[in-house]
Amino acid sequence: MTLASNPPQNTPWNRAMSVLRDVISRPSGAIGLFFVVFHVVLAIVSPWIVPYDYKAMNSAMMLTGPDAAHWLGTDHLGRDVFSRVLLGGREALLVTGVATPIAVTWGGFVGILFGLIGGRVDEVLMRVVDAFLSLPWILKMLVLIVTFGTGIEVLIPTLAFFYGIPVIRIARAATHDVVARDFVSAARARGHSRLTIIRRELLPNVLDTLMVEGAMRWSWMLLAFSSLSFLGFGVSPPTPDWGLMIADARGFMSFAPWGVLGPVIALSSLIIGINLTADALAKALGIDRAQKAPV
Amino acid sequence: MIAPLIEIRDISVGFTGKSGATLPVLRNIDLTVKAGESIGIVGESGSGKSTLALAAMGYLKRGLRLLEGSVAFQGQDMFARTRTELEKIRGGELALIPQNSGQSLTPTLRIGAQLIEALRLHSDVPQSESSAKAIELLGQVRLPDPAAIMTRFPHELSGGQQQRAAIAMALAGEPTALLLDEPTTGLDVTTQAHILELLRDIARDRDMAMVYVSHDLGAIARVCDRVVVMYAGEVVLDGSTRQVLKAPVHPYARGLLASIPRLSDPRLPVALDGRPPAPGGAGQGCSFVDRCALAQDQCRSRRPVLELLPSGESVRCFRHEHAEELSLTGSGAIPAKLDIDAVPALRLDDMAIRYNRPRLFDKLLGRDSASVATVDGIEITVAKGETLGLVGESGSGKSTILKAVAGLLPPSDGKITFAGGEALAPEVEQRSPDHLRRIQLIFQNPDDSLNPRQTIAQILEQPLKLYFGLSGDALHQRSAEILERVRLGAHYLDRLPSQLSGGEKQRVAIARAFAADPDLVLCDEVTSALDVSVQAAVLDLLNDLKSTQGTTYVFVSHDLAVVRALSDRVAVLYQGRLCELGPSADVYATPSHPYTDVLLGAVLEPDPDTAPTLSADDVVELSPPARGCSFQRRCPRKIGSICDTDAPPWRYRADGHGIRCHHTIEDLEAVQREDVAERCA
Repeated sequence: MTLASNPPQNTPWNRAMSVLRDVISRPSGAIGLFFVVFHVVLAIVSPWIVPYDYKAMNSAMMLTGPDAAHWLGTDHLGRDVFSRVLLGGREALLVTGVATPIAVTWGGFVGILFGLIGGRVDEVLMRVVDAFLSLPWILKMLVLIVTFGTGIEVLIPTLAFFYGIPVIRIARAATHDVVARDFVSAARARGHSRLTIIRRELLPNVLDTLMVEGAMRWSWMLLAFSSLSFLGFGVSPPTPDWGLMIADARGFMSFAPWGVLGPVIALSSLIIGINLTADALAKALGIDRAQKAPV
Repeated sequence: MIAPLIEIRDISVGFTGKSGATLPVLRNIDLTVKAGESIGIVGESGSGKSTLALAAMGYLKRGLRLLEGSVAFQGQDMFARTRTELEKIRGGELALIPQNSGQSLTPTLRIGAQLIEALRLHSDVPQSESSAKAIELLGQVRLPDPAAIMTRFPHELSGGQQQRAAIAMALAGEPTALLLDEPTTGLDVTTQAHILELLRDIARDRDMAMVYVSHDLGAIARVCDRVVVMYAGEVVLDGSTRQVLKAPVHPYARGLLASIPRLSDPRLPVALDGRPPAPGGAGQGCSFVDRCALAQDQCRSRRPVLELLPSGESVRCFRHEHAEELSLTGSGAIPAKLDIDAVPALRLDDMAIRYNRPRLFDKLLGRDSASVATVDGIEITVAKGETLGLVGESGSGKSTILKAVAGLLPPSDGKITFAGGEALAPEVEQRSPDHLRRIQLIFQNPDDSLNPRQTIAQILEQPLKLYFGLSGDALHQRSAEILERVRLGAHYLDRLPSQLSGGEKQRVAIARAFAADPDLVLCDEVTSALDVSVQAAVLDLLNDLKSTQGTTYVFVSHDLAVVRALSDRVAVLYQGRLCELGPSADVYATPSHPYTDVLLGAVLEPDPDTAPTLSADDVVELSPPARGCSFQRRCPRKIGSICDTDAPPWRYRADGHGIRCHHTIEDLEAVQREDVAERCA
């Protein structure tokens, strides 16, 4: 009865806020979101708070251990590891932060469209997607990077393109579930255009899945970006980047492990944070595969 | 005195709500079941009837807690027993038959293996004999060819057969009590009638107690000695089946009975307005007070107790002595009869629909696929302002025909003409905006036909923007007007479908269809997903809209009584072919097509003095026969090979009433009159 007499306002903003509250109220969401926000804020303010210049070399202090002056010691060129760790996520977050929404948008749109059209067109497209996904990602990416060179202007479209392809699959599967429902038949029977059906009937119902998928794609993309840097195809020195730092410090790991430990902890805390947030988001949106709450 | 088999004492069950408060789902329920007794628990959805039945097994759904009270089975507390003890009892002495057995049988195991497992766990039948015993059990539930059924997987059985297999499994442990949770809901009428007869016989033969949970008073009337009526988690009435169904002394029970459409009564049923309180939402007074016509001040301030009357009934009502003032069959409106125009609103000419596409191999060889059309030879003319009912069991093609008219499923043959001669394009994409607007479709389940992400305003805006180009204030005003017309206020506009009750949602779906100002409205089982009391209100609304708007309806339902309440003419379908077509009063009287006769015989009335007649087997056919009469395989009046080879001719009984049968009208009349005489004797 109380529900009927006092309904909350059903605006998109209110829904977003209530989902956010739900996410924060879950332990995984609170911890995950803390890490994500922490890293994003750090990436923005780090140039003003770092104690040392990230490229200032000091041949007198190479591979020194952690002390009061250099909290995480120095690397093989005598640069302050702590400063470099603070700065090392900027490029990664910028590239993936731009590429993820693009990937989810284009992959989502194509997936919804083909999910709605169905039939033979859909079958053919999905086989192309399957074929594409069966190739190791790094191979495809390296081919593109070798052809077009590195740099943000190449990395963003490359990552956005490759990471949009699996989104097609997810969006199409989610659309298939929605298309089978009567409200879509009702819209078809009324004579709405395909675009209206996508926008008004399908998209709002697929959006939740896409958001969770987007968060997952983001974490994978971060990992991919760092891997590329590690292999020397991402950020070029002397710009600090976690992947690159791990690659550089790896040779001295046996006697100077702090050079690897700093960037590894930074990268994993961000990725774990994103995964935990995605998990809590899925639960808050009710699209978690685990059992739903009773009653 | 014999000790009761199941003794539920003052139990309350609840869950913790979002606010942290404990919300009760069951409140202070006492119930005793004696050995061999059969008790029905009735109530609307959300009344707590299933929770009560499961609590009798010592089981609560996740999130629910036992707040107080105790449940004893054979004198021992069920909630105090250990898990291992419970495992022995459940499925053994105390067995459950759930609503949807298709989902409760393991899909990857053969029926035989599942049955033998049940025997191993819950009986002392030696392993060497278990297979023979399993076959015997399947025979007892009247499954044809039990040995063959043993080797089948659950998906290879029809819904009725699955339910029988579940009953056989329940019987494996020689139970002293059976709990049945809506065991026939979702089954066809003839199957339902057969299963109920089976349960009745089994319970009687084995002297087994039954707790039968259902919303269907017709089924309860058939199998139960005693009926418990539940409302908002409370028992409001408890008495013998005869007392409760013939002269109930609680206003809610009377309202419930009056809201059931009857085959014998052409009037619309009386709706019970309002909705039950949500868990924890009942105030200090009686939980039914807001919907009760007899409510007085004391009903609001104090909660009535369950009072034992001299007649043996228990009732929870201060005003039960006045309950008889409330009519049982009541003042339901006579369905509106409009002046039927000579102009047909819709004409289906020799329409056929095939689902199966020609196979690639057949196409390459250029030969015809052997498939038989799912729907064939449909010739129906619907006059303007008329309501045509389409009835038949599942698989009869009734919804398929509606989809074809709506343009969602193009027919493979035949023609659809609209409004006296305009040809309708087979596919919705090719239809003119005017045609699209004038034909609207309402679906069975509003949970599925309303987009859960759109507010009611957004839902209603769609047809208004599309067909009339409305925007801004005009749009808002029109939406509010339409809501008023389906008896919902403008304050519903900002809500989401999930914030509405089932009946309210269906009204929104109806409002959306009527927003287009249609000439023809196609209703696909529009009341099947609703509670009876709500169903009556929706039927009343549809009737009301028809009389004010002059709309033509094609009304599809499996429920013959619902169709009778609303339709001017009725078409009976079997396996996608027409069997009978005529004015509803004539179709529901003898003589009728043998299939109509079977259907009418299987309908259960909420009256313990009536019994269904089961004249045909409840076999589910997967595809129509290639030749001859569609009903040949199940017909109790089959003549001979002519039925297998020749399509039956239309025989006209009176003006506009056709029966498609090889028997002549006179023959049918004679045999059916004989049957009636036999039944009375």
